[in-house]
Amino acid sequence: MFSRPPLIFQNMKTIIIDDEPLARSIIREYLQHHPELELVAECNDGFEGVKAIQQLQPELIFLDIQMPKINGFEMLELIEDPPSVIFTTAFDEYAIKAFESHAVDYLLKPFSRERFDKAVSKLLQLGKTGGREKLAPLLESVSNSPGEQHRVVVKLAGKIRIIPVEDIYYLEAADDYVKVHTREGAFLKNKTMGHFESVLNVNQFVRTHRSFMVNVTEITRIDPYEKDNHLAILKSGGRVPVSKAGYSKLKSVLGL
Amino acid sequence: MTRSPISVSKFRNNFFGWWVIWAALHVLLVTYYGYSLNESVTDSLVTNGLLIGACWIISNILRYYLPYSNRYWYVLLLSITFSLVANALSKFILNLILIDPVNSNYILFLSNTYWIRLGVAFLLIGCMAVICVLWYTQEEEQEHRQRKDDAEKLSREAELYKLRQQLQPHFLFNSLNSISALIGSDPSQARKMIHQLSDFLRTTLRKEEEQWVKMEEELQSLELYLEIEKVRFGYRLSTSIVKDEKSLQMLIPPMLLQPVVENAIKFGLYDTTDAVTIFISVSSQNDSLKVIVQNPFDPETASPRYGTGFGLNSVKRRLYLLFARTDLVETSAMDHVFTTTINIPKHENDYHR
Repeated sequence: MFSRPPLIFQNMKTIIIDDEPLARSIIREYLQHHPELELVAECNDGFEGVKAIQQLQPELIFLDIQMPKINGFEMLELIEDPPSVIFTTAFDEYAIKAFESHAVDYLLKPFSRERFDKAVSKLLQLGKTGGREKLAPLLESVSNSPGEQHRVVVKLAGKIRIIPVEDIYYLEAADDYVKVHTREGAFLKNKTMGHFESVLNVNQFVRTHRSFMVNVTEITRIDPYEKDNHLAILKSGGRVPVSKAGYSKLKSVLGL
Repeated sequence: MTRSPISVSKFRNNFFGWWVIWAALHVLLVTYYGYSLNESVTDSLVTNGLLIGACWIISNILRYYLPYSNRYWYVLLLSITFSLVANALSKFILNLILIDPVNSNYILFLSNTYWIRLGVAFLLIGCMAVICVLWYTQEEEQEHRQRKDDAEKLSREAELYKLRQQLQPHFLFNSLNSISALIGSDPSQARKMIHQLSDFLRTTLRKEEEQWVKMEEELQSLELYLEIEKVRFGYRLSTSIVKDEKSLQMLIPPMLLQPVVENAIKFGLYDTTDAVTIFISVSSQNDSLKVIVQNPFDPETASPRYGTGFGLNSVKRRLYLLFARTDLVETSAMDHVFTTTINIPKHENDYHR
């Protein structure tokens, strides 16, 4: 039954992130039976979680989904190279569907010690990556959740910002990132333009150009520019290129 | 199938009463012209007997086949045919019965009054037909309305049931998880929480929609719920409840406030990271109940901008179904405090029929 973990996982640094103290205490209790997992921090919410992960560089986190302000998935998006994760949740149909479709292990509260041990040993057996390669597609699929997205969680100079989509002026493709231009400045988000096209309200955000997407409520006028192209002038003074195809899309959304 | 107007006893008595008076008048009229009592009574019985038979047949025909609104010529045709037949039959029968060579005057009288008799028969049968058409149309409409009402009532009940079932599984499983944690560290607290959770679940299951409950009871179940949440969230959650004595005795639809408080907890605890106080005030105003629920929220984050969430919508919907009013739930957000105000009109015994 019990398989001895490889030496490399001796004293794996572990963090618990859950907003309920009792939910943390039961994980702490179960962890006592796993000397190879060294509990280095407990966090109340995603903000503390991001900070602790950066400072302590854990190999494993126990992560609750529903937490104040930013949920577990949003927190993970803010971390460059996330550690192995064991998700814990009480009831979240959508998240559970996502876990199953990506073969990511998760614990349903309340869980038994046997179930907990199974999840831990499964993770240890996965080797060094600990199933981390599955995280990116999982996060991509949960952030493409049905229904339009109302906010974007970003990190700027170590500070986490939750930006309502109305505050976005326009989006600009920048290599592997998307630059989100807002009232409070520009943020880089590790996503594709296609992702934003699928999660933002199509009547508010129009892909006017291969590398630009604009919030139509921010447009004050549209000027001709070179041959078939136009420039959308924003209230904020920003100028967004509009291609020929983008111009006809823009016209239909604006009802021109 | 609809009832015939004659099957309603009130109408049947009226109908036959007037028929007797009408037949008597017929007898008087014929006697007035100098014919014997025997002749006048036979005439009246045969003629009016046939008329009443024609009326009965017409009312039954219309009962099973009601013309569309634009086909009233059908009713006219039916009346003409029946008056012609009734008149011809009555003439034939009277000729047979009252053939008396001594008094051939009567036979002459009979053929002289043919057109008058036909006119009177047509008027009576026509009237009957029109009354029947009106009656059956109204009857059909009433049946239709009844069906619609029943369907509406059914769907309303189903909806109310569904709305009440929205007890969050999230809450239940998290509470069980807390109990599981407490069993190791604080068994007596674990036991207490099991009792609280059981009591809470029992009150939510027991309550029936038709039976309004006293505010006192509703508050007790809310307090149970909040106690459980306090164990879950520890220091982060505290509550403050203000109530006046009179309001505690007033009635309220069961579990109405539950989603409001859940909503307050959701916004309060999941939209901020600080310690949170949920404020609940219950008071009586004139004859209605006023409930205020307040929770802190963060205007910086998006959530409150996007409507009031499922919880409050379900409360609005429920109050609308009960009172047909949309102005009973108000919300406001000011200075980091989100306030929900609910007015519950006085309970009337017939609200649920």
